[in-house]
Amino acid sequence: MDPARKRRLRLFVALSTVVVLAGALVYTSFSAATQASTPSQVTAAAEPGRSYELTGKVVDGSVSARGDELRFAIRDRAGPQSVPVVYAGVVPDPFREGREVIVEGQMRQGTFVAERDSLVTKCPSKFTKETASTRG
Amino acid sequence: MPAIGAACLFVGLLAALYAATASLYGVQTGRRALVVSARRAMYALAGLLLLAVAILEVAYARSDFTFALVAENSSTTTPTFYKLTAMWSSQAGSLLLWAVLLSIFSAVVLRATRRRHREIVPYATAVLGGVAAFFLSLMLFYSSPFDVLATPPVEGNGLNPLLRHPAMMIHPPMLYTGYVGFTIPFAFAVGALITRRTGADWIRSTRRYTLVAWSFLGFGIMLGALWSYSELGWGGYWAWDPVENASLMPWLTGTAFLHSIMVQERRGILRVWNVSLIAATFVLSLLGTFLVRSGILDSIHAFGASTLGTPFLIFIGAVVIGSVTLIIARLPDLRSAPWLDSLVSREVVFLLNNLVLVLLCVVIFWGTFFPLISEALSGKRQSVGPPWFNFFGTPLALVLVLLSGIGPAVAWRRATLAGLWRTLTVPVAVVALTLVLLLVLTPAADNVWALAMFCLAAFVVAVVSQELVRGASARRTMTGGSWPAALAGLVSRNRRRYGGFIVHVGIAVLFLGVAASSAFIEQRDVRLAPGQSVELDGYRVTYREPTARILADESDTGAPITLGAVLDVEKDGERFALSPSRNYYTAGDAQSTGAIRRFFEGEATSEVAVRWGLRQDLWTAVRPDIGVLEEAIAKADRQFSDPRFADAQGLIVATIVERYRQQAPPAYFRTLVSPLIAWIWIGGGILLLGALVALWPAPGAADRRLRALYAARVGRELSRA
Repeated sequence: MDPARKRRLRLFVALSTVVVLAGALVYTSFSAATQASTPSQVTAAAEPGRSYELTGKVVDGSVSARGDELRFAIRDRAGPQSVPVVYAGVVPDPFREGREVIVEGQMRQGTFVAERDSLVTKCPSKFTKETASTRG
Repeated sequence: MPAIGAACLFVGLLAALYAATASLYGVQTGRRALVVSARRAMYALAGLLLLAVAILEVAYARSDFTFALVAENSSTTTPTFYKLTAMWSSQAGSLLLWAVLLSIFSAVVLRATRRRHREIVPYATAVLGGVAAFFLSLMLFYSSPFDVLATPPVEGNGLNPLLRHPAMMIHPPMLYTGYVGFTIPFAFAVGALITRRTGADWIRSTRRYTLVAWSFLGFGIMLGALWSYSELGWGGYWAWDPVENASLMPWLTGTAFLHSIMVQERRGILRVWNVSLIAATFVLSLLGTFLVRSGILDSIHAFGASTLGTPFLIFIGAVVIGSVTLIIARLPDLRSAPWLDSLVSREVVFLLNNLVLVLLCVVIFWGTFFPLISEALSGKRQSVGPPWFNFFGTPLALVLVLLSGIGPAVAWRRATLAGLWRTLTVPVAVVALTLVLLLVLTPAADNVWALAMFCLAAFVVAVVSQELVRGASARRTMTGGSWPAALAGLVSRNRRRYGGFIVHVGIAVLFLGVAASSAFIEQRDVRLAPGQSVELDGYRVTYREPTARILADESDTGAPITLGAVLDVEKDGERFALSPSRNYYTAGDAQSTGAIRRFFEGEATSEVAVRWGLRQDLWTAVRPDIGVLEEAIAKADRQFSDPRFADAQGLIVATIVERYRQQAPPAYFRTLVSPLIAWIWIGGGILLLGALVALWPAPGAADRRLRALYAARVGRELSRA
């Protein structure tokens, strides 16, 4: 093979590898991604089998614990629309009714089934200027 | 005193700007004295910034709350160790840390190269001065560590409880030393490009600094992982959090750089690649510093949003554009002769290792910035989690470990497949034996990825051991003496080579721990009343009794309230006790939270209890259910909120806390058995040891340098004569 053709071939192989890898990155990330959404968004249109990161406030009087399972409802930051949540795992200390929380999971028959340990509480902290997120 | 500190920064800025302009002007016009004065300005900068740090540290030690920074993240009740290390928990303080480390690095490297590379060094000085000037302007115009409070408070805020862990206080300086250290090779690379001296000179002068930066960054990342494991109550050490990723990315490109510069030193090739890699590493270091402070990505590490976003982005953009333009402009000078003698050679293995490392970095970059990318592309903010990172990271890590085993076994330039096979016979046999033993004796087959990693780790250790044994035995036949003496002699004769091999062993051991602990971890989350127990991997963990302490936190973090548990553990007749606990810090203000309630509603941190072991760790954390105290707290708040009872509040809190101990309500426990997790830390230690071996100056190096200088001078004299 003459050198020029060899170089072209090498360039072609390298470029197609890059394209394939870039495609894989884009495809897998978009299909595995968790979408940030609000209670009204997930109740209105949630694809089954897709993960959502639900942000909202814990509805007053909605928290109940049964064994390892915690049930509560999250409502829109400004608005009454709410969605029931089932959760298991570590509950951050600042978790309380009225607080803003983020939880990851999927919609199943009108209930948001959260992933284990995915609950994060946003709370005002004197150590940070904005809000801090607290895990476990 | 704050005024003196601010003055130090201001004069420092002038010195940095002077250094940048004087060295540029001096080298352009050939005025050597100006270049020398620029270097001295950089020494002065280091002195000024050290003074500024000293002033701030004294203020922290004395709890001088006229300093806004001290009031913000220290207090009189903060333990001394945390007072002194609180500086870098704030934005302004960490900028100062960056700047002072940069000025020290610059002063050292400029002094070391003062008689060499007269063409490159002035430009490098200008780059270093420019970077320093940027950080100083940030402090002077955006976020000053020397802001003054007109009416100093009686008591400060205290240090964020989450950061009260020894590892966490050493972690930021280590990371920053790493980030900052990469500025040195970057500055010299820029100098080399501008002066078209694209040979290996700039690499030889900065290799040591790169290695120092790389070691510190690696050590910092390890400390961060250790902190996560032993302070955050979730039991893991790596969560693919944006800030963790940000520190890993420059380490990966830095690792690639350390390998590819060896190829340039030996063969004079890969020049474009090397300057691009170091530019990328420097940019990623800036990005790492920036991400912690920006709050543009959700992270539990992002301690507060800040105003630094815009200037930082402009600076990073300028560095990217400047580097790319410079490299493109110098492409003709960077060309090297065609090079591939053989596809079986160490160069090729290094190139593969570089590609895998950079690919891994690209993957992490994409995943980390995916929320921003997806928002830009689809208008919806989406994120990818650990499974996505693991999907790409696991196979890439396997390839990396494999390459780190093959590399030491292949010769430079041209090796033959037959020769390679001869070298690898024993290691491959070791792998086969390992595989059989694992399949027969352990349940490792349950996880194919982990099984593969165990085999590859064995491969790396076998290759390196074989190299050591071969070298030592050759040395013994030459010089005689005992095996240990021969081994020590071998390593000290070629420290770079064998230091590198030791690092490879460290990596293999580290990944052995990662694979075992992530594939075979056992976890139970339970709610236990005193007397109840949980079974976990042969351990029987029984909740004996609750504990409640006031102002007596065992790990000395200064927490007012500590609630915990005593656990009795039994396994195979062995018995011991573990006492995990949880520290409660007081919430900010009494008005909105309640005078008594605020003692229970502030931040809380887990103090986990771990039974460390080479085979496995038993890790426990407790979350007391303080719901039972709810009634008492509410009642106390109603009765004693009046400031008249301020003196009695401590007593009331103590009574409520004591009630927790007596009532002994059920508590939540997380228990983990992580096999071989200790080997992550041991692997990290081996890695560091290897880096130290590679860094240690060879005996007589200083001697040789002096002789070379002398010879050069004699040569000059002779040619003149």
